[in-house]
Amino acid sequence: MNDAALIWSYLSRAPLLWLTATLVAYWLGDSLFRAAGRQSWANPVLIAVILLAGLLWLTGTDYRTYFEGAQFVHFMLGPATVALGMPLYENLHRLRRAFLPLLAALFAGSLTAILSVLLIAKGFGLSPVMLASLAPKSTTAPVAIGIAEGMGGEPTITAVLVLLTGIFGAIIATPLLNLLGVRDWRARGFSLGVAAHGIGTARAFQVNETAGAFAGIGMGLNAVLTAIIAPVILHLFQ
Amino acid sequence: MIPALALLLGFQLAGEVAARGFGLPVPGPVIGLVLLVICCGLRPRLAEMLQPVVRGLLGNLSLFFVPAGVGVVAHMAEFQSDGLAIAIALMVSTALAIAVGALVFTGIVRLLGQREP
Repeated sequence: MNDAALIWSYLSRAPLLWLTATLVAYWLGDSLFRAAGRQSWANPVLIAVILLAGLLWLTGTDYRTYFEGAQFVHFMLGPATVALGMPLYENLHRLRRAFLPLLAALFAGSLTAILSVLLIAKGFGLSPVMLASLAPKSTTAPVAIGIAEGMGGEPTITAVLVLLTGIFGAIIATPLLNLLGVRDWRARGFSLGVAAHGIGTARAFQVNETAGAFAGIGMGLNAVLTAIIAPVILHLFQ
Repeated sequence: MIPALALLLGFQLAGEVAARGFGLPVPGPVIGLVLLVICCGLRPRLAEMLQPVVRGLLGNLSLFFVPAGVGVVAHMAEFQSDGLAIAIALMVSTALAIAVGALVFTGIVRLLGQREP
């Protein structure tokens, strides 16, 4: 075996390589996202995932080996979820002022998101594992991953579904809400945060500050609500 | 930075213990999130102390999804065979949820006779 092969056989098994690769891929994705003028379709996570998936395929590395290194980044999902409580706390005063509309829209949006995706998926005859992975698709990824895991879904599938949901929601929200004639920035932001979590919230902040704040509230509240109701609703489909 | 990080992990830990101890269906970090809101409400100085670390974490939130997202490589077969059904389910459901949420919000505002700001 020559030196390069020796070095590779060491690196490909140690966590350092894939941890570095994860950060670099995200860095590239984020740079492209900025270069594209922060358009929703140029999502940095999606770009990073595509780059890393390609790299794993090229080097013949399996996901388990990759995860040995990437788990340090993955671990941060937990504390980051806890940290999501902070914007919620800071916006509590807005929440009190529009309490009833927020509460009604939260339940309506959250139930619609879970029920409709399960009905359509069931109609297409998708597997029970896929149903459990789809159910929390509108909640923020760290929470959705936890919910899917608890319901017998596949967390890695959920992660990708959550991402695609966020990107699609961020792209469609403005034309859809214009078409419906919804002008209230609170309603526009909140419904987007409930249906399309953090990616939707980032989009809402680009359009309007109030919409962004309400999207953040929607995302936080729906994370808690979906965690409670998704297992109950999924039970009806099994 | 260390006290703030320790506190965030502490909330998560308390959440995990509560979730497992009481057999709750809610993930531990979500209970930690609720605990953080309650504790900041009781002690506003806590929020100030946590602020810089929270900003750092939330500013890079999307990075943390990457490892789970890469897991798609292990499930390419499912996405290839059911891709169209999954895409339709995601798109229709997301559009419906945005529309229903926004219309219910404005509907209740109108019902209560509140002014739109």
